[in-house]
Amino acid sequence: MPAVSKGDGMRGLAVFISDIRNCKSKEAEIKRINKELANIRSKFKGDKALDGYSKKKYVCKLLFIFLLGHDIDFGHMEAVNLLSSNKYTEKQIGYLFISVLVNSNSELIRLINNAIKNDLSSRNPTFMCLALHCIANVGSREMAEAFASEIPRILVAGDTMDSVKQSAALCLLRLYKTSPDLVLMGEWTSRVVHLLNDQHMGVVTAAISLITCLSQKNPDEFKTCVSLAVSRLSRIVSSASTDLQDYTYYFVPAPWLSCKLLRLLQCYPPPEDGAVKGRLVECLETILNKAQEPPKSKKVQHSNAKNAILFEAISLIIHYDSEPNLLVRACNQLGQFLQHRETNLRYLALESMCTLASSEFSHEAVKTHIETVINALKTERDVSVRQRAADLLYAMCDRSNAKQIVAEMLSYLETADYSIREEMVLKVAILAEKYAVDYSWYVDTILNLIRIAGDYVSEEVWYRVIQIVINRDDVQGYAAKTVFEALQAPACHENMVKVGGYILGEFGNLIAGDPRSSPLVQFNLLHSKFHLCSVPTRALLLSAYIKFINLFPETKATIQEVLRCDSQIRNSDVELQQRAVEYLKLSSIASTDVLATVLEEMPPFPERESSILAKLKKKKGPGAVSVPDLEDGKREGGELNGGGERGPDSAAMSASNASTPSPSADLLGMRSAAPMSAAPTSAGSLLVDVFSEAGPAAPSAAVNDDGFLRFVCKNNGVLFENQLLQIGIKSEYRQNLGRMYLFYGNKTSVQFASFTTTVSCPGELQSHILSILRLNVQTKPVEPVVEGGAQIQQVLNIECLTDFSEAPLLNIKFRYGGALQNLSLKLPVTINKFFQPTEMTSHDFFQRWKQLSQPQQEAQKIFKANHSMDTEVLKAKLLGLGTALLDDVDPNPENYVCAGVIQTKGQQVGCLLRLEPNGQAQMYRLTLRCSKDSVSLRLCELLAQQF
Amino acid sequence: MIKAILIFNNHGKPRLSKFYEHYNEDTEQQIIRETFHLVSKRDENVCNFLEGGMLIGGSDYRLIYRHYATLYFVFCVDSSESELGILDLIQVFVETLDKCFENVCELDLIFHVDKVHNILAEMVMGGMVLETNMNEIITQVDSQNKMEKSETFIFQSTRQDR
Repeated sequence: MPAVSKGDGMRGLAVFISDIRNCKSKEAEIKRINKELANIRSKFKGDKALDGYSKKKYVCKLLFIFLLGHDIDFGHMEAVNLLSSNKYTEKQIGYLFISVLVNSNSELIRLINNAIKNDLSSRNPTFMCLALHCIANVGSREMAEAFASEIPRILVAGDTMDSVKQSAALCLLRLYKTSPDLVLMGEWTSRVVHLLNDQHMGVVTAAISLITCLSQKNPDEFKTCVSLAVSRLSRIVSSASTDLQDYTYYFVPAPWLSCKLLRLLQCYPPPEDGAVKGRLVECLETILNKAQEPPKSKKVQHSNAKNAILFEAISLIIHYDSEPNLLVRACNQLGQFLQHRETNLRYLALESMCTLASSEFSHEAVKTHIETVINALKTERDVSVRQRAADLLYAMCDRSNAKQIVAEMLSYLETADYSIREEMVLKVAILAEKYAVDYSWYVDTILNLIRIAGDYVSEEVWYRVIQIVINRDDVQGYAAKTVFEALQAPACHENMVKVGGYILGEFGNLIAGDPRSSPLVQFNLLHSKFHLCSVPTRALLLSAYIKFINLFPETKATIQEVLRCDSQIRNSDVELQQRAVEYLKLSSIASTDVLATVLEEMPPFPERESSILAKLKKKKGPGAVSVPDLEDGKREGGELNGGGERGPDSAAMSASNASTPSPSADLLGMRSAAPMSAAPTSAGSLLVDVFSEAGPAAPSAAVNDDGFLRFVCKNNGVLFENQLLQIGIKSEYRQNLGRMYLFYGNKTSVQFASFTTTVSCPGELQSHILSILRLNVQTKPVEPVVEGGAQIQQVLNIECLTDFSEAPLLNIKFRYGGALQNLSLKLPVTINKFFQPTEMTSHDFFQRWKQLSQPQQEAQKIFKANHSMDTEVLKAKLLGLGTALLDDVDPNPENYVCAGVIQTKGQQVGCLLRLEPNGQAQMYRLTLRCSKDSVSLRLCELLAQQF
Repeated sequence: MIKAILIFNNHGKPRLSKFYEHYNEDTEQQIIRETFHLVSKRDENVCNFLEGGMLIGGSDYRLIYRHYATLYFVFCVDSSESELGILDLIQVFVETLDKCFENVCELDLIFHVDKVHNILAEMVMGGMVLETNMNEIITQVDSQNKMEKSETFIFQSTRQDR
């Protein structure tokens, strides 16, 4: 029997719908709707009380009208009345109306809440579910205030029906998402985790979404879910396709739940418990094995469900990034999918491989698929698949295959879809720069880029090629020759003219020896393009001309002639006119010496983050661009992460560095109205503010380390807070590795724009490659915009290479309103975070103590107590330190002794600690003995401020 | 999380729209139009996922869709959902509709919007999946219908019904 019988609907509704469907025109439809709205309105307002059936019918009509895209501004009150009906049908339609047409009218919300309250306490499961659905759909603050404490109770109560439990779990999740502050953790949280064990799979399905969300926000509190999830997963994976009956979907046992379990596990690092981990690895292997088995059904749904689990398993393997064996198997599996006939699988395989390419274990394995991926870029019919292929090529690029990949991307660009061209151009430009061994190749590539896709070459790209040519003597001659040749083309892109004008203006002399490119030929070539160009390009060309006068005195007369003509000196554009007038005067008044100084070659640009990379980051969001850093990340980390992001205009202008004594005529300085008007003696005034606001000229705040010391003995908390911003920290450490989550919360109602963060390790910026890097901190870029009231998260991966005493610095820049905010904080990464506790007996302890007897191995401090000397507080702090607190070791029970080993990449440093409190004097004596003297000193320094 | 579930026909006429996040009505209509525009121009046999339109959250969101005869079923989801999992979910939804309406067709969705909403509510709640087991969903819908039947019996009347 069909569950919905078609005959018993409401006839009036059906007639109305048919009328609408029979309307021949939009106008007729609107007319009919207005008629109906008037009818309903009069019925609602009429004297005659409507029965439930009529109300239901009219509300249904309103819903239908709403779906057609018409505003509904009445009927809410009638819907609310339906809520309090005792009839299921009326109640249901009332709730439906409220859910679809929520209105933030607070008056109404109070009435709705009242009805919900009644239904929740009705003990009728159907009514309870309706009420819970309504809360979950509306999810407003008022509802959270009214029900946030009630729902958890329903969820974990022993006598709650399964269907109500399901609804309660998702209802609570919704409230937690909209108003996390109102959902208080409590006794219920531990019972929620155990819902993973529930008999009813539907309850598990609903609960797991809740648990995943809670775990993401409070990983420590919900840690126990890992082992429960693993055992549940293992039971599903190993079950036969008939075991789970209704939850078996096309011969695959509980695919949806399996995916969700695998997602939940991705919130956590690999399980520490060996048995749990073993069981999980077994599951993952089984899933990978099943992929190779012959399908149990030919239906696409079967393979779909099976692969859904497989892809989640692969994501988990990539997330753990610790099982080389599984990683390589995952990579091979994805490799098979790359050639699968299902487009969906090819798409997902390309996408997963992108993340796989960044793992050191599988990078090489990914690279073996290069030909397939290139082929995909060329032959896929679907642009979204081609886009993924381009992303993957970018991710798998390294020095060994850069030339091939760049060449393929360039040739693809000729036919690429408009929607992805700009991004492709940025990627080609970045790869060409990053892996250029030979800079003539780089110049060729960029010029090709401009030739092929000139319209999509943004300023950043051509600024960058100029920066690089200026900074590298070895490529200048080649660049001049190549642009000269490129400009010969009858039609060349304006960006080519810009690059050509700049480079010939600087380095035209390097090719002037050849009669085919004599100064006059060069000038005529450039000037032949002049009239086709926009104002900014013309301004740039005028600057190039004045540079020519300096480089080649023989062109002076010709150029002066050009400057003098009416179309220049009386140009209606102020900028062009001014340049023409000033350049003409300068060339006729100034002596050759002065000219030579004013028009000297540009000084090298300071090295900093590529403006192109910054642009791509902005475009693609975090994660998308960091991939190729794998190989060079460590070496070039300073350059890529350390430099401030600069506005596009400043990219090429920053040559006027204040430290450069020569008055640099800023060729591209179109912003500074009169670059040439100052005499060389007043060079300083030439250096007008050419840095954009985001540049290094921004006021930099003093380093703030208030929060820093509070984190020596703890890992989570609020690091910083002012009126605008709150920064929270969660961190976890294992061995010599750490992961830190930074949460940036916007406390205002206004968005923060251009939000950037950089992390630098002291010493890394000042010193060069030869000095030792002590700490390796890798970050993923954050979203450039933080909306008012929103919070964004950033993950830092930290590796302790050797012992260190300086903490990394976090620099945050953003725009709030019009003002640039700049903030520097010490990140609480201290050497003690890498402690592994060591248990030892009294005998062992003192034996070690004696072994560490060289004077420099010991550090000692006697200091006054700043905090409570309470035993429990002290113990908590010492445990927070990361060492093992040893009982019954020190003969004096008042004293505390601790032992631990600091794990760095290169070595392990054993540390022993002894803290002797003197309650009467309110003093402590702290003694540290470590196998490395710098560690003793640093620990002593840190700890002396903790007690 | 599922941000929105949309059903429209080959001409872009909406048959169901369910948003799990608040937009004003105009934006909702624009989203439906934009989504139709994105989805309808795609060939058969291309992949079932594409990046969301600008209105519904840009590149962080995916549109996952299936095309059945005259109807498009589109789920807009964020990155926390498995793409293939959502495809399965769409299939479960459609199979459930098919069972409930006995060979479901577009007309059923037109004349029984409220029923479609109720069936969907048994699967997805507040943007999260409540139940994936088709039999369980149908049992719930059935029991609702029984209750409805017992009540509508009272209304069986021949009065003018306009």
